[in-house]
Amino acid sequence: MLSYSIKRLALAIPTLLILIVVSFVLMYAAPGGPFTSERELPPEVLANLNAKYGLDQPLWRQILTYIWGIVTEFDFGPSFIYKDRTVNEIIAQGFPVTLTYGLLSFVVAVVVGVTLGVVAAIRQNSVLDYFAVGISIGAQVLPNFVMAPILVLTFTLWLGWLPGGGWQGGQWEYLIMPVIALSTSFMASIARITRSSMLETLNMNHIRTARAKGLPERRVILRHALKPAMLPVISYLGPAFVGMITGSVVVDVYFSTGGIGKAFVDSALNRDYAVMMGVTILMGALTIFFNLVVDILYGWIDPKIRY
Amino acid sequence: MLKNSLAASLFALIAASPAFADNPVPEGTELAEDQSYTYWLLDAIKSMDPQINTDVEGSDVLRSLFEGLYNENGTGELVPGVALEHTVSDDQKTYTFTLRDDAQWSNGDPVTAQDFVYSWKRLADPATASEYAWYLELMQIENAAEIIAGDMSVDELGVTAVDDRTLEVRITTPLPYFPQMLVHASTFPVHQATIEEHGDNWTRAENLVGNGAYVLDEHILGERVEMSKSDTYWDAENVIFTDLTALTINDVNQGLTRYLAGELDRVDIPAGQYPRLEEEYPEQANSVPYNCSYIYMLNVGESGPEELKDVNVRKALSYAIDRDIIVERILQGGQPPSYNWTHTAVAGFERPEIEYANWTQEERIEKAKELLAEAGYGPDNPLELTLQYNTSEDHKKIAVAAQQMLRQIGVNITLANYEWKVHTDRMQNQEFDMARYAWCGDYNEASTYLDLLASYSGHNNGEFFNDEYDQVMKESKTAEDPLPMYQQAETILAEEMPIIPIYHYAKVFMLNEDIKGWPLENVNQTWYAKDLYRVAE
Repeated sequence: MLSYSIKRLALAIPTLLILIVVSFVLMYAAPGGPFTSERELPPEVLANLNAKYGLDQPLWRQILTYIWGIVTEFDFGPSFIYKDRTVNEIIAQGFPVTLTYGLLSFVVAVVVGVTLGVVAAIRQNSVLDYFAVGISIGAQVLPNFVMAPILVLTFTLWLGWLPGGGWQGGQWEYLIMPVIALSTSFMASIARITRSSMLETLNMNHIRTARAKGLPERRVILRHALKPAMLPVISYLGPAFVGMITGSVVVDVYFSTGGIGKAFVDSALNRDYAVMMGVTILMGALTIFFNLVVDILYGWIDPKIRY
Repeated sequence: MLKNSLAASLFALIAASPAFADNPVPEGTELAEDQSYTYWLLDAIKSMDPQINTDVEGSDVLRSLFEGLYNENGTGELVPGVALEHTVSDDQKTYTFTLRDDAQWSNGDPVTAQDFVYSWKRLADPATASEYAWYLELMQIENAAEIIAGDMSVDELGVTAVDDRTLEVRITTPLPYFPQMLVHASTFPVHQATIEEHGDNWTRAENLVGNGAYVLDEHILGERVEMSKSDTYWDAENVIFTDLTALTINDVNQGLTRYLAGELDRVDIPAGQYPRLEEEYPEQANSVPYNCSYIYMLNVGESGPEELKDVNVRKALSYAIDRDIIVERILQGGQPPSYNWTHTAVAGFERPEIEYANWTQEERIEKAKELLAEAGYGPDNPLELTLQYNTSEDHKKIAVAAQQMLRQIGVNITLANYEWKVHTDRMQNQEFDMARYAWCGDYNEASTYLDLLASYSGHNNGEFFNDEYDQVMKESKTAEDPLPMYQQAETILAEEMPIIPIYHYAKVFMLNEDIKGWPLENVNQTWYAKDLYRVAE
């Protein structure tokens, strides 16, 4: 397992390099640049800007300089748009915000989703099942960009219970609505996957054996059914987890959290090459890492899988 | 508007009178206990560095943290900032400013003429790589263009500190509106020692030294900006707001909800919502003229479509668009329909008589059909053009309406939607037939619009090259009264129709009814937190 992990992590380096090169090329292929604006800059002004940010260099040299900066100093360069900040600073400010509401949303989505799914599966076709399925379908069809304004209308404007947005260092009252908005659709998916996988597992031979042994139902469910039933859930959770902790534009836009999701989308629209690359690499690295974690978890859950 | 040295000295007289530094609050007003102000920002502030900033929202913040030579009052007239007065040489090319002796930086240092020299050189310096370096060229500062191009040392810039209190500025062509341009944030002074000590980090809240009425307490990118009153500001005793908070809310509807929940004192009103809000909150909903114009630019240049080279076609397109429907049914925010380029609320500007502005829409359509037929287009030979716009619900609605309106006269419009950067890039490379465009005045004077369509302008994306127009605009620079030239220029535009004017902007916003002092009559909406206050409920 250890050598497998090391091998996988070693493979991450060329993967990231390819990611950098492809992103760089794609980025430059998009029309317009960071300094394209309604007021077209005089050539001499544009030349100074390009010189300052190294955009006057050939593409291959820009890529090499960029990679060199990361490898030697872990420096992702200055933002081309937020000129008072470096990419490191923008990520250092935005990522903890995103990580906080992302992790919380993940925990909420998993706990509520798995519980709903398990309950629905055990009490299949009961009122409880319909209720759980109803909730998860409701949550699924209500996208967060619809939910977010509804939440703010309800809890801020009408009830006056919660602030309509902001972060304030992550105080709890600022976290509630972002977490609800981000977790619901994930929660719904987890509930549905858990339910169907649980139903399948409950019909397996080893469950029949466990029941025949006279084990209490609780033990049958928690010990013998839940673990194998989690396999499809976990393969869903890997990418979902990365998606959640690397932010949601919708959450950032509607709740003004200052997270990395909005920064990423803005960087693409603004052609803020440096920020775009920085966040892409961050997301790429996290995806690679958590895919590995998921694979290792597979091995732990399913003894049939060997590395 | 200052036109000659006589006016300038007159200005200096008014300016020097103590009445100008008066408390902005009328006598007998009961002020609220809480003098904090929370307002909405659509986006994150991109930079707190006056020479680097490029945004309107950034400039709003900078006007609280820094102060330039002049400020604007509630109606957009100049009032003293760091400068008390100025004189102009007889050839109109040398301005000499006298600075006040009580202006201080937030660390207690005096603000001197050398600070302005340093800052303006910094703006021009290729090493700074400011996007707004061109503003110095617009101001016609001596040697600015050469310095920016790297052909001359930055020390050659036409700005000198004669002594601590006297700043001399040399420009290459007379500009009647030059003093107006000094309100722009890129001309604000910065503190040399702070920049030298902290480098790129000097704009951090813990480092920033400014000379404005407020100091920066916190700036969390994309979330909030917190400022509080500065004790060292020369007019601190008349500054009433104690704390300012700017919250970034990227969704304007969400901003409105939070305003209605009492979290904000000011927010913009999304398109189409003004009538409802105006009825429900007449004391809070505002719609005032705002110094921008919305047009469809026609590509009449080399690479443009043959069809648009025919003036009859251009006129027909313009006549067929019913501006009233666009402003009354789509925008609904009190924007005036437009038939000319310069915003009609711009100071000193009067729209000349423009014939088609007075016709009924039926008359315009009839005329449009006639002109199209004359140009050889009709039901058998329909005119086909593309209209491109940048991503926005409002632009889309207007474009769809225009498409329908033009169909009435037998023109088939294909709509093309591009994201902002692509749209701009295509326009600047003349890859368009008709394109949505808007221009906001850099200052409150008609030339900020009209110069744009001169052949030598860097923004004339439709490549409308007209010798007569260029001549008129050149003459306006030295004219005693430029208005007749501006009107002539507008008349040429109406005759040649290189652009289709659609509407003039209005600033449509909600403002807490307890907040007073908002410059409703300032067409640039240049507001200074130091002039605002909150009355007791």
